[in-house]
Amino acid sequence: MNILVCIKHVPDTETRVKVTPDGMSLDLAGANYVVNPYDEFAVEAALQLKEAKGEGEVTLLTVGGDEAVKSLRQGLAMGADKAVLCKNDDFENSDPRAVAEMLCAAIKKHDFGLVLFGKHGVGGDNQQVGSLVATLLDVPVITVVTKLEPQDGSVVCEREIEGGAEVVKAPLPAVITCQKGLNEPRYPSLKGIMAAKKKEITTFTPQDLGLDAGGLEQLDKTFELAGYDLPPKRPDGRILEGELDDQVKELVKVLHEEAKVI
Amino acid sequence: MNVLIFAEQRDGKLKKAALEAAAVGRAIAEATGGGVSAVLLGQGVQPMAEELGKYGVSKVYVGDDAIFARYSNDAYALGVGKAYELDQPGLVVFSATAMGKDLAPKVTGRFGIGLVSELTHYEVKDGGIEFTRPIYAGKAYKKVKGPKDVPYAVSIRPNIFPPEEKPASPEIVPLEHGVTEADVRAVVEKVLASEGELLDVAEADIVVSGGRGMKGPENYNILEELAKLLGGAVGASRAAVDSGWIDHSHQVGQTGKVIAPSLYIACGISGAIQHLAGMSTSKVIVAVNKDPEAPIFKLATYGIVGDLFDVVPKLTEEIRKLKEQQG
Ligand SMILES: Cc1cc2nc3c(=O)[nH]c(=O)nc-3n(C[C@H](O)[C@H](O)[C@H](O)COP(=O)(O)OP(=O)(O)OC[C@H]3O[C@@H](n4cnc5c(N)ncnc54)[C@H](O)[C@@H]3O)c2cc1C
Ligand SMILES: Nc1ncnc2c1ncn2[C@@H]1O[C@H](COP(=O)(O)O)[C@@H](O)[C@H]1O
Repeated sequence: MNILVCIKHVPDTETRVKVTPDGMSLDLAGANYVVNPYDEFAVEAALQLKEAKGEGEVTLLTVGGDEAVKSLRQGLAMGADKAVLCKNDDFENSDPRAVAEMLCAAIKKHDFGLVLFGKHGVGGDNQQVGSLVATLLDVPVITVVTKLEPQDGSVVCEREIEGGAEVVKAPLPAVITCQKGLNEPRYPSLKGIMAAKKKEITTFTPQDLGLDAGGLEQLDKTFELAGYDLPPKRPDGRILEGELDDQVKELVKVLHEEAKVI
Repeated sequence: MNVLIFAEQRDGKLKKAALEAAAVGRAIAEATGGGVSAVLLGQGVQPMAEELGKYGVSKVYVGDDAIFARYSNDAYALGVGKAYELDQPGLVVFSATAMGKDLAPKVTGRFGIGLVSELTHYEVKDGGIEFTRPIYAGKAYKKVKGPKDVPYAVSIRPNIFPPEEKPASPEIVPLEHGVTEADVRAVVEKVLASEGELLDVAEADIVVSGGRGMKGPENYNILEELAKLLGGAVGASRAAVDSGWIDHSHQVGQTGKVIAPSLYIACGISGAIQHLAGMSTSKVIVAVNKDPEAPIFKLATYGIVGDLFDVVPKLTEEIRKLKEQQG
């Protein structure tokens, strides 16, 4: 079974986010870009499935600019076989539908049993693309998956819900979005890193994919940007003092009388 | 603008999230001149349709059918889709719960409409609506304007928009949905409840969280005891989750749950940027840490510098006394 994995190149979670003075863009200066952490679970899951079966190919896909090749190489170094860059130079603000359209067109050029995604892309925090692609491909989707087991012609997953989990079964081909807990992503070995340099990365433009760049831009413009804000500063806090017993009494008192939260 | 809300229910009970969606839907419909309808799916859900009326919903499409007895994104997306076609709203409102986040993009993908995820604020101005949503797990907020000429959808973050009663007698419309077994490809075979579980951190109004300072899984009982007393949930830092002390479903932070309870008590958590991203909009933050320099104190409303193994049991005791006084 061939497995496709969609990965996003994102600023790592250490990134300090600032807003430009005009309030109309983010300033991510100095950010280090990496494979979206949830997408690493997807890559790992694909590699484990391939290793268990001893057959099939793992192909990575990303929508982004040339810089996203860094993340593709990272996934190839983990052990994926090849990669596809869908070039959209203005991907940072992209509407999830524009990303999904590009991914879907690229996916259709492949044979696949599973398409794996991360649960969400950190930064944009949309949690949409996997489900949108599944809908465009007209295949079933299981989201926020913490356990995944292939079962002749189907896949059985556990997905996280409030206070528990659902066990969901779907026939292949299917789309899965991966949540932490599914596995422990491997670190690339030196050999893997060397091998990745020689692996093939195919580039597609929207035209190559039979898509109209203007149409994608239109999707992107559906929601006009009104600006960015930083979170309001929290009021200064208070460190309690004195004997521990008194501190605890004081804390309960202020929580009850001042803050009224207990 | 007419607004259609998805009214989430599980196990025969309307979720609070459904009432929150009703409040947002009604406020937007009123401000822009329109009505608010709801779509309610499940089995034996008729009584909940009446309940929605108490929250100002004027029309409820009810899909009361065995096919909707257990949630599946295939059946529910078709059910909501049917109501969408009948109602032709300008805006669809989902809740950003586990169900809502799974369902919303299935519906918007099918109709090719846009979706603004997890908004925390909106403002009706100049005849349009501006939505605010956290990005980078709350390190920044993005504001976008809803289009005026095409329908679209939003999901709202739970626990932000309070439900508002506004009695109305809703028109009940049985939904002729035509959804059959054959439409359901991803089948929910079982629902597993976590063992001895308190509330989920994402749903709780009070969260007591423990980090590496907890030293081991056996010590979480002191947090559980406090959480139970407060009617809250137990949270954790990634360090505690990665050490295998507690399940990932409890993790708070950029790669865990992003929450805004009214009270967050952080015990033995240093306050790394990824953790703060998950809880920094909590109304009141209490930090218990033995290191006075821990970054968590910069954010805390109240801080106690001390050993959590001394502080937490005393705190539990003191709160128990308060609760006893209150009866
Ligand atoms: C990609 C990525 C994603 C991440 N996502 C998350 C996330 O979602 N959530 C998250 O939490 N972290 C996340 N992290 C990890 C984060 O960077 C920190 O490593 C983590 O939050 C630290 O957890 P901690 O505060 O429990 O541990 P530590 O930083 O080790 O802090 C332990 C604290 O406990 C105090 N302490 C020790 N003993 C006691 C005692 N007896 N009494 C009182 N205090 C005591 C210490 O003074 C210290 O401040 C992420 C990291 C990366 C790289
Ligand atoms: N630009 C992109 N290129 C490839 N995959 C993406 C891209 N954006 C999102 N995805 C995939 O979709 C998942 C969900 O992203 P999102 O809907 O943006 O939160 C991510 O974890 C990725 O697997």
